[in-house]
Amino acid sequence: MPEKPKVTFYWCASCGGCEESVVDLAENILDVVAAVDIVMWPVAMDFKKKDVEAMEDKSILVSMINGAIRTSEQEEMAKLMRRKSQLVIAYGSCAHLGGIPGLANQFQREEILQYIFEESPSTVNPQKTRPERKVMTNGNAVTLPNFFNVVRALDQVIDVDYYLPGCPPTPKLLKQALDALLSGNLPEKGTVLAPDIALCDECPKKDTKPSDLKFTEFKRPHLVQIDSATCLLAQGIVCMGPATRGGCEGVCISGNMPCTGCFGPTSRVKDQGAKILSALASQVEAKDEKGIDATLATIPDPVGTFYRYGLPISLLRRKNF
Amino acid sequence: MHNYEQKEAVRIGFYICHCGHNIASIVDVKAVAEYVKSLPGVVVSCEYKYMCSDPGQELIQKDIHEHSLNRIIVASCSPLLHEHTFRTAVEKGGLNPYYFQMVNIREDVSWVHTDAKAATEKSKDLARAAVQRVFHHKALETKHVKIHPDVLIVGGGIAGIHAALTLANSGKKVFLVERQPTIGGHMAMFDKTFPTLDCAACILTPKMSQVKNHPNITLWTYSEVTKVDGYVGNYKITIKRKPRYINEELCVGCMDCIEKCVYKEGKTPDEFNVGLSKRKPVYIPFPQATPQIVLIDPEACIEFKSGRCKKTCVEACDRKAIDFNQKEEMKEIEVGTIILATGYHTFDAKRVPFYGYGKYPNVYTSLEVERLVNASGPTGGELILRDGRHPKTVGIIHCVGSRDKNTNRWCSRTCCMYSLKLAHLLKEHTEAEVYNFYIDIRAAGKSYEEFYDKLLDENVHFIRGRVAEVSDWAVRSSEEGKLIIRAEDTMIGIVRRIPVDMVVLAVGMEPQSDSQDVRRLFNISCSTEGFFLERHPKLAPVDTFTDGIFIAGACQGPKDIPDSVAQAGAAAAQALTLIDTGEIELEPNTAFVVQDDCSGCRTCLTICPYNAISRDEAKQKAFINEALCKGCGTCVAACPSGAIKQNLFEDEMIFSEINGLLENTPVVCC
Repeated sequence: MPEKPKVTFYWCASCGGCEESVVDLAENILDVVAAVDIVMWPVAMDFKKKDVEAMEDKSILVSMINGAIRTSEQEEMAKLMRRKSQLVIAYGSCAHLGGIPGLANQFQREEILQYIFEESPSTVNPQKTRPERKVMTNGNAVTLPNFFNVVRALDQVIDVDYYLPGCPPTPKLLKQALDALLSGNLPEKGTVLAPDIALCDECPKKDTKPSDLKFTEFKRPHLVQIDSATCLLAQGIVCMGPATRGGCEGVCISGNMPCTGCFGPTSRVKDQGAKILSALASQVEAKDEKGIDATLATIPDPVGTFYRYGLPISLLRRKNF
Repeated sequence: MHNYEQKEAVRIGFYICHCGHNIASIVDVKAVAEYVKSLPGVVVSCEYKYMCSDPGQELIQKDIHEHSLNRIIVASCSPLLHEHTFRTAVEKGGLNPYYFQMVNIREDVSWVHTDAKAATEKSKDLARAAVQRVFHHKALETKHVKIHPDVLIVGGGIAGIHAALTLANSGKKVFLVERQPTIGGHMAMFDKTFPTLDCAACILTPKMSQVKNHPNITLWTYSEVTKVDGYVGNYKITIKRKPRYINEELCVGCMDCIEKCVYKEGKTPDEFNVGLSKRKPVYIPFPQATPQIVLIDPEACIEFKSGRCKKTCVEACDRKAIDFNQKEEMKEIEVGTIILATGYHTFDAKRVPFYGYGKYPNVYTSLEVERLVNASGPTGGELILRDGRHPKTVGIIHCVGSRDKNTNRWCSRTCCMYSLKLAHLLKEHTEAEVYNFYIDIRAAGKSYEEFYDKLLDENVHFIRGRVAEVSDWAVRSSEEGKLIIRAEDTMIGIVRRIPVDMVVLAVGMEPQSDSQDVRRLFNISCSTEGFFLERHPKLAPVDTFTDGIFIAGACQGPKDIPDSVAQAGAAAAQALTLIDTGEIELEPNTAFVVQDDCSGCRTCLTICPYNAISRDEAKQKAFINEALCKGCGTCVAACPSGAIKQNLFEDEMIFSEINGLLENTPVVCC
């Protein structure tokens, strides 16, 4: 019996939802397990770094890495997986775009550590103790990885072959990706494994979107009795759908929640946040500066709204480590 | 991120122009050419004294053949000046003209910098940006659009009238739109014209009735343009026709209704007589008004105010032309070209309070005097002052609201001459002593200086000096009951006090108060003072920066009648040129929707200023009419999924250009 292709799942700065999404394959996971050897999956299986190090370079068919790169350990592991794998897939929004952890790029490393260890409401730390990078116990050195100043998407650290978008990717897209990998029927390197058209194309509420939205204010979803039959933008709710790659089949929108942009932009757009801003701002009803300001002031967190997943790869990205 | 595939190797020819000393005196052109030679893709890089000259253009063509060049960059002046020249040269060389890129190192570099070293480095940066950009250039096709033969003329003063008749006589259909109830403009209010002393009405009213009766002219008075869509050759215009409350088809201008109006006397200041007389609520601006149709002023009419009028006017009208329920009407027309002849506004003399206008009844503006001396004016041409007297001495103060840092800096060009004319008319009507207070007499025009000489012979007094003030403060008994003009007489070097019965303020010409709104409506520019801006002050005086829109008369700057008429003729000729050419070449810098990429989100549909975008409901995708697209890029920026592209401005081109500009080391981007 020929050797089965080797596959790894690895996680970096992420919430664990991507791991869940693998399990969401449900009974299809049995086919996957039957077809491949999983040689690394920290959340589910007990393989160590040294096991991977012991493998020959390029002996793994594919590594699916989720999460952004925030620490030196994640960078080291990503580079190791890259060396040992023929293909690397950036799995999920954080690996693809930088993700929610990437919003931390609005702050400096020191601001973050100070808040977490000294200022956050749930912290009691009068001595202002901070974790040490290196601690000696019983003559042994225990080290912590370096916490970088900048959160990066996976392809800002290692070469990435494909991207599986989503927070998390849907089982359907994962299934399609695995089928393509196992059949060897692969698209061009660098492809995002989802349709290259905005979500409106497949949105169930598409027909009810008016041509001119005439925004007078932007409403947050919890403040509106949402009409499930009507386009959310028409109800004054910021929906990232027009600027977001489709492929999720509108799961959030079907649940009366607006698209928050987790699939990232289409291949033609360099900056998803700038694009949706440009689109929405051009449909603000007020034409005078005061009125425009008043309308825009109803968005309490513009970066978190328009760059929720993509800040590290946007044109606003920070370059200093 | 991009997967840009190069079909053939890019071979760039780069040419840097000395522009005589214009560029070469600041920019080290040899060093720039040498540097560009080292950039990827560059096959030829050289400098030349005048790239726009025939030998310069031939150099490009020769190199295209000898070195198989497929991209050409010229670093020289502004694209506005010579982009067309070089594109044509490139085309003659057998290459698609849109493989050409221009770098402006004159207006953007040599003319604005003094540091030669930094200017040279900046030129290198700009050249590198262009080199990286042209990698992404594509062959494009020029489009042609038909010119609609009809013309819109806005403003029915002498300029608008002359342009309308010129075009109509050549067989073109003209829509003449006038805001007032009658055409004629300021000229209709004048008494005589300088220097020939022709009666203004006698030479104007025949032209007015020609307009009214011309089969090729549609005259809409009491109407305003409210919306302008489209582009050269194909403008869609919306015109608001304000209600006159008179059926224009039925009214014959018999004016029986005016006579029978319940008001025996007029109570409303008469606009045509600049408030010197009163008119009734139902009125006609003046006897020769064109069209000869009355109108009702709802602000003054009892029926509109209370609904309880006896409506004697209705009874008087045997043609049943009065219609109190008339509503404003919107007309939509299509034209290919537009002439703006919206005229001017006279300076408000109250802005110079020390001349006493509005304070002393016997201080008049020049326009008021035009009406006072006019046989059809409020006094039948008899010069009676507001206090009932006949003036024995008159002072005319020149340059009121002109050549003055506190009001308007410009010379209004007409005031000297009309002041001389008024001096003559006042003398003729009253035999009064007339004093002219002037800074300089500007009589530059055919027979103008001779007219001035004639006035000198008529014993009109000329005092050279700016008037300090007009007051009624008498210090001598001879000044009692008079207005005293205090002015320095610079000829004899003393301050003089001249007591007069009447003061005439020669008010200057200003842009119309809504010229900025009109400018925006028609998408043209204004110069700083607010007059419409011509495309070139010398070589394109009636063109604007918007193709197909021309300007004539005083809306472009102060002008007398002959100059306005000449400009109107020129504007008509420019419109005719376009119409008779039949079509115009359009820049192919238009936007297009990549159908497969469009999610049908509708964002672009309403933001297009030219209404070029529509939605294919069957396919649920947006579609851009490239003939309507002006290449403004609004939709390209707004399309949230990058499904709209613009020729000559594709993302790859722009980002490569930016990268090229910002990188100190040459890197071929993307």
